[in-house]
Amino acid sequence: MAMFSIFQVSGSAMQAQAQRMNVAASNLANADSVAGPDGQPYRARQVVFQARGREGQAGVGVTRITEDPSPLRREYRPGDSSADADGYVTLPNVRPVEEMVNMIEASRSYQANVDVMNTSKQLMTKTLTLGEN
Amino acid sequence: MLNQLDAALNFDRQALGLRAERQQVLAGNVANADTPSYKARDFDFTRALAAATGRADLRDGLVLATTARGHLTVASASSQGGARALKYRVPDQPSLDGNTVNMDVERAAFADNTVRYETSLSLMNLQFRNLKIAMAPDQ
Repeated sequence: MAMFSIFQVSGSAMQAQAQRMNVAASNLANADSVAGPDGQPYRARQVVFQARGREGQAGVGVTRITEDPSPLRREYRPGDSSADADGYVTLPNVRPVEEMVNMIEASRSYQANVDVMNTSKQLMTKTLTLGEN
Repeated sequence: MLNQLDAALNFDRQALGLRAERQQVLAGNVANADTPSYKARDFDFTRALAAATGRADLRDGLVLATTARGHLTVASASSQGGARALKYRVPDQPSLDGNTVNMDVERAAFADNTVRYETSLSLMNLQFRNLKIAMAPDQ
């Protein structure tokens, strides 16, 4: 039944890529969130992929989600209620262009894995009819 | 009689099994296209098939000559069954994160393997049909 583990391999990759897409969406949605639940501006997040499973049938998993340590964006908005004493508002360090690229890449990889899964499914269905004619 | 049947189907069975295994290795490569420091894997189908079907002329590595009764035979890594001699693909455009998966190469290899798997299936079907004809009573 070795063939069935292709579904696990491709499935894990699809799950990981979907999670990456979720994180990119969250980053984009929070590109202007001045304060998160902890009162601090939102920081961009990234998923970290790692190969899982034994050699030759390696799936993928998300090991952790890291926060971008780069400096936060500061904008001069003296009228804003969240401005500091100098009139600057601290905004998230999300870079929308980078997130868009990330999203497109995740979607392409997702599609590739769907293809692999579909092809394998067809092969298995054909194998099941072996010797029938 | 039954062992003849087994012998007739053995080659196709081994080929099909190895094709399925290679399909899995390639699926793993596609799945890990974005994993940092993942190295793309593959195995030499010809050698693996030769090892599985016991054709010594195609077996890889050195083979010890056994000239006396007490000599031990050393099985090569790929003939020990189970895990094939998985090799690493030579990267043509390595990326900064250490990943060596080239999606184009993997997709092409996957498509190629798919067609060959189907070919093996068809051959096996033909083999079945031939055996059935041979077994049918006179008409």
